[in-house]
This record gives sequence, structure tokens and C-alpha cells, in this order.
Amino acid sequence: MFDDFLVRATLAGVAVAMAAAVLGCFVVWRRMAYFGDATAHAAILGVALSLGLSISIFAGAMAVAVIMALIVAGLSGRGYAEDTLLGVLAHSALAFGLVAVSFIPDVRVDLGAYLFGDILAVGKADLAVIWIGALAVVGLIAWRWSRLLMATLNADLAFASGIHPRREQLVLTLALAIVVAVSIKVVGALLITALLIIPAAAARPFGRTPEAMALGAVVIGVASAVLGMVAAYQLDTPTGPTIVSVAAILFVLSNLSRLLWSR
Amino acid sequence: MPPLRKGILMQPLVQTHDIAVGFGGRQVLSHVAITINPGEIVTIVGPNGSGKSTLLRLIAGAVKPDHGQVVRRPGLRIGYVPQKLQLDPTLPMTVRRFLDLPRRCDDATALAALEEAGVSPAADRQMSDLSGGQFQRVLLARALLNQPDLLILDEATQGLDQPGSAAFYQRIEAVRDKLGCGVLMVSHELHVVMSASDRVICLNGHVCCEGTPDVVSSAPEYRELFGTGTGGALALYRHEHDHAHHHNPED
Repeated sequence: MFDDFLVRATLAGVAVAMAAAVLGCFVVWRRMAYFGDATAHAAILGVALSLGLSISIFAGAMAVAVIMALIVAGLSGRGYAEDTLLGVLAHSALAFGLVAVSFIPDVRVDLGAYLFGDILAVGKADLAVIWIGALAVVGLIAWRWSRLLMATLNADLAFASGIHPRREQLVLTLALAIVVAVSIKVVGALLITALLIIPAAAARPFGRTPEAMALGAVVIGVASAVLGMVAAYQLDTPTGPTIVSVAAILFVLSNLSRLLWSR
Repeated sequence: MPPLRKGILMQPLVQTHDIAVGFGGRQVLSHVAITINPGEIVTIVGPNGSGKSTLLRLIAGAVKPDHGQVVRRPGLRIGYVPQKLQLDPTLPMTVRRFLDLPRRCDDATALAALEEAGVSPAADRQMSDLSGGQFQRVLLARALLNQPDLLILDEATQGLDQPGSAAFYQRIEAVRDKLGCGVLMVSHELHVVMSASDRVICLNGHVCCEGTPDVVSSAPEYRELFGTGTGGALALYRHEHDHAHHHNPED
């Protein structure tokens, strides 16, 4: 069944949506949306370097995403506000990435595939890497769930319980780099943040505990991926943007139904 | 007073030796040596920027000293009640789930802790729906869950009205009497806190004076910092000019 490109694409979308939804809850709770954006943009530089050096796109994108995240973490609180710093680094990395790609000789690179994703081109090997990465992220977050929540709630409270908030921040940073690296082929660098934020935000009205919200985000994310695939096939629209559009519609429906419910 | 306990349990809970802490070139604490004994309620008072919160965070382990050391009794369990918990509106959290952080507890334990803290909200209520007083008591209940030897409260009554904070401190005293834990707290509300304390430490970058509430409130160092009562704000201002011993320039 993995020979069918539609099946591969759907499975890839489901994996990315699942991992992004779980991580996305922390991105929303900790207000890291812009941080996610910056990491994703930087990944384009990673893609360019991978093509130039003929190494795996996953490895290149992930390495640059990690380096980017570490630079931001290291520089924040030293003169510039974090969003300014992220703006400088993210768009510089994106610009350098786009410029670097143009230097690559004899390779006609369809950069659109990395900006907006090309889920239909996911091969068997890609699919394996995507699932391993997605499961690693979900496993990492599940393992440190309580500690991550404590660090998100209050740094001092975390310290008093023997939890180091910076270490947990690093865990999230690493998870973010993995998600960016595995989803760059699926939804592209420009739409990754959408898969992080929108399912989590759509799940918020119905979650009474962090766990319920995370579970809801996974359901909404996976539904967006599957429905988006179907819609893109039926309507002959670009797949990544269609998935995000479905997620956005679910977000609106979720908040509307909440409004009606509370009346 | 709590029953006397023997052996290791009578050792000081925490001792700091000649502590110095600075942030970004500014010296916040210097030569701070304090001791917290089992079962006693110690309150730190001092003007803004005097390093009160830093000292608490140092003892809780959230800040490392540049100089000196913090000696905690082996196996010391700390319950921490933060100044104010900013719960992001996107983070759903019921009272019951909050008590399960970072370790799960059973329902009976959770209920007992809530009772101990003097609050009885429905366990499935959202933390964000609680009043200020209820919220602080849920924080207190959570701090009591691991049977702390030392309870640390950082301006835990900020945002409560005066009867509310008086009731909160009475509750702290009751908790101490029942559990026999030491209590270390910081507060701005001098009159309320002084009556509930066994010992008061007056801090201004260094320990100005310490002792029982009546000793401290009549000490010249304390009066220079806070005046004799009504003129507190004026006394704080005057303090910069007539205080003789070592100071941070920013204070």
C-alpha cells in the first residue's frame, strides 16, 4: 500500500500533524509562535546547504534549525527584545538561504517545494524519516510532560521542585527543530507554524486540562491532514495550503460552536 | 508551638553563610548569613530592591550565590508558594490537575491539602475562575502536598485585601502548628506579618537587624527603614540620606 503516493502523502501528513499538534500546545502556552516561525525560516538555509553539500535535507534543515534556536536562546535578553532578534535572524537566514540556493550549479531546484511543501513527492524513505521524527517528538514530550508543564507555569515553582526551566526550554527547542526538519517537505517552511498553532488554538475551547487540549489538538491536526488531502485531490489544489486551510476552518468552527454553547 | 523533634530534625533547615549575589554588575545581596530553624516562622522585610525575593529564590535553589554557600538539611523538602502565578489564558488547568504537578497525588491527599489550606473549590474548576484569595490558597495547598519541612512564600498575599491577607497568614500559622514545618516568607504588609512571625529579618542588601517582631520593630535600623508606623513612605525616603552602614547605590 506504500506504493500509492496518495497513501504515502496522507501518512506523512498525519505524522507531521500529530507531532506538530502536541508540540504546538507548548508553543501556544509559552507564546513561542514567532520562535517557531523563525526556526522554520532558518530551515530554508539548511535546505540550501544540504543541496550544496549533497547531504540529507532532513539533516541540513535540522542542524540549521537547532543552531538558530541556540543562537536565539543565547542572545535573548542582551539588548534586543526577543521578537526583534527573531525577526533579524529568521529573515536573514531565509534570505541567505534563497541566495545560497541560486549559487548551486547544475541543479534546478524547485524552491517552492520547500517553501510550501510537496507532500505528493514523499517517498518511502522520507516517510520512514518523517514517522521516526514525529514519534520521537511525541515521545520526548510525553516523557517530560510534567516537567515541561511546570517550567511553562512558573520558573521559580519549577526550580523549587528540582526542575530546570532552561533545560526544558532546550527540550522544546530540540523538538521544534525536529518538527521543522520533518515537515519541510510536507507543508513547507512557510506553513509549519500554522500546523503548530492552529490545531492547538482550535482545541483550546474544549480542553479543561492540558492533556485534554493536547489530545484535542492531535485529533484536529490529524483531521485537517486527512480532510486536506481529500480536498486537495478533489479540488486539484496545492496540498500543504489546503491542509492548513482545513485547519483554519476547524479553528473557526470550534470557536463558533463554543460561542453558541455558552449562550 | 510544634512538638520538639529530636536528632537531625532539630538541625537548622537552612543556613546561609556569607552570601553574595549580583546581577549584571549590581550587587543585590552581600554578607548575608541567616538561619531558619524547624517550626519557626521567619519573615523577611525590607524596601523594594533590598534583595528579599532574591534571598528566597536562593534558598529555594533558583539562584546560585556568587560567594558563600547555602546549606540545606539533608533531604530537606521545600514547599514553594510564588508571588503570583501568571496562568496563560490559553493553558487550561483545573484545580485538581494543578495539584498533580509535578507528581500525581491521590484524591484523598489532594482534598486534605485543600482543606489544610482552607479552601474548598470544586476540584474541576478552572484555576483562572478562582478569586485571588482562593488562587493563593490552592498554591498553598499544592506546596503542602509533599509534606514540606520548609514552606517558602514570596509575597503570597499580593493582590489580596487586608482582611484577606490577615486570614491567609493566620492560615499559615495554623499550618505550621499542625505540620511543624518551618516557614520563610517575604511580605510588604508589615503590621499583618509581624504579628504572625516568630522572627523578623530586616533586609536591605545585607541583614540590617533580626529578632522577635517587637525587638525588630523597635530597633533603630528598622525604624530608619520603615519609620514608626504611619510615616513609612517618608522614612523610606529619608533612609537614603541618614543610614550609616553599607548600601547599594540604587536603593
